Amino acid sequence: MATQTIGTSRRRNGVSAAAPARATTTTKVNGPRTFNIVAGIVLGVFAVLWLIPSAWAIKTSLVSNETASLGADAILRDTDPTLHSYATLLQSGQLWNWYLASFITSAGTVVLTVVFGSMAAYAISRLRFRGRQLVFVLILAGIMIPAQVLIVPIFQELEAVGLLNTYWSVIFPQVPAVIAVFIFKQFFDGLPREMEEAARIDGAGLWRTYWSVIMPLSRPVIAAVSILTFVSVWNNLILPLFVLSNPDLMTIPVGLATVQGSYGQRFADIQASAVLGALPLVVLYLLFQRRIVEGVTGSGIKG
Amino acid sequence: MTAQTLTPPAEATTQTRDRTVKLPDGKAAWLFLAPFGIFYVLFLIGPTLYMFVVSFFNTSIVQPGLGGFAGIANYAEMLTRADFWSAMWHTLQFTLYTVPPLVILAFVFAVLANRVQRGQWFFRLAFFVPFVLPSACISLIWVFLFTPATGLWPQFQSLLGFTQTAVLADPTWAMVGIAVATIWWTIGFNFVLYLAGLQDIPRELYEAAAVDGASPWHQIRYLTIPLLRRTTTLVILLQIIASLKIFDQVYLMTNGGPGISTQVALGLITGTAFTDYRVGAASAASVLLFIVIVVIAVIRQLFDRAEERKA
Repeated sequence: MATQTIGTSRRRNGVSAAAPARATTTTKVNGPRTFNIVAGIVLGVFAVLWLIPSAWAIKTSLVSNETASLGADAILRDTDPTLHSYATLLQSGQLWNWYLASFITSAGTVVLTVVFGSMAAYAISRLRFRGRQLVFVLILAGIMIPAQVLIVPIFQELEAVGLLNTYWSVIFPQVPAVIAVFIFKQFFDGLPREMEEAARIDGAGLWRTYWSVIMPLSRPVIAAVSILTFVSVWNNLILPLFVLSNPDLMTIPVGLATVQGSYGQRFADIQASAVLGALPLVVLYLLFQRRIVEGVTGSGIKG
Repeated sequence: MTAQTLTPPAEATTQTRDRTVKLPDGKAAWLFLAPFGIFYVLFLIGPTLYMFVVSFFNTSIVQPGLGGFAGIANYAEMLTRADFWSAMWHTLQFTLYTVPPLVILAFVFAVLANRVQRGQWFFRLAFFVPFVLPSACISLIWVFLFTPATGLWPQFQSLLGFTQTAVLADPTWAMVGIAVATIWWTIGFNFVLYLAGLQDIPRELYEAAAVDGASPWHQIRYLTIPLLRRTTTLVILLQIIASLKIFDQVYLMTNGGPGISTQVALGLITGTAFTDYRVGAASAASVLLFIVIVVIAVIRQLFDRAEERKA
């Protein structure tokens, strides 16, 4: 039971559902020791292999552009690391604009998706109204719509209302993340009704029940949805690529997409920009490791 | 920020709330649904319907309005264009190159990781971290690894005595290069899905198998693989859907080249719309891709339902 997914947490009672999932434990699997040792060695080799591209990018970012252009051998032999490329990038200012754009669009989408998505999920999970089933089916249908394929009509729509080249053009189309509603609904379905009913008896309205009873109980799922939304908006390329053409508004992925062409042979600078582009997400991963993994497995299986 | 504006209506409806009356939350429910619903209609359903409509018109991005009615001309054009079929083929090619390794390797890694008692965090770091990075970072890293002559990969080839390949500049190898970068990037997703699946298998089953003298290999063959069938089907379907939507890596690593040898469906669609300004034709291609993806997504949903009923 190491990776408690959001989907399975509903089977537990409310109190433990609100508590953080237990740390990953190693499931002991029976078998001859040697087999397990060989498994460890084989996997270790693959893991090291998997780390090479990242390590190579970091190593290259720490040499001079001249050394980097000489090739793999020169980069490997360089023993005098320099932060020159990082200094250049951080001083140019453009990177800060990209960070800012990515942060604003990601955070903005997270707020709207979490609030609107959980409200919709609350209605579907808790309220009784005509058309409830239909709404749920419509939302399920939305899961199957591939948003990337809608890039052309969405571009036209944003153009028609004059939102191109604004942060809104990146935020708005990503708010209706149907999967968020689904994850919230699954979680709400598993919450006990006693506290809500007590609140209702005390005269709390639906909004108060949602905001002051349900949402505080939902911190783990709010965290999961927030992180998943943040990462997916931060990493989205196709939408900002076409709706943002002003270099000052570009998000990290769009900005990095221009690096390849404009930096030419400045390989150290290019790799340093890749490292700097990756950095916020690596930090996010290290901070919220378990939530991210849970969120991915939960939404993957249930979505 | 919505707290202030939405409180009054919600409070108002609860006054009339009565548990014995049938479906009492009507008005309040729609108010709760409205904010999300508006975005859902404006940016998901609306664009979908608009795309279908526009696919029957000669719409252009540089002129206002729908343009002249084209009937099925856009579809006829797309279905007879060689570059449309080539883009479809490259999309399929990419799917064929990436799905089997992404499923098999992820399974192997997860099964092995599950047998190793220590260092789980290390494997997760190695395999999963690339998955959370932007495609743009992945592309910068891999284009550099594949740099002709001086890159790490061609130099490694020389070291082993092979002739160097300019992977991304070679029509036969470019898609392989994109596939390799993609496998490196996204395997972590399947890896954690499989790990979660493995941890749901009761230990007692393995213990019983071990008591009966089953070797580790037999345990994997006759316990793990069959019990992970559900995860495997899901992983395969998710991978196929993701592969059909491929755009980022191709745009960033080769931009469809050399020539059109790595041009994929979404690349063709955006090119037709934003370079040729032919939104009608692009919409027809979008509709065709949309249908393919939705069919697979429906299969996935049906599969999910069936499994849930079984569970």
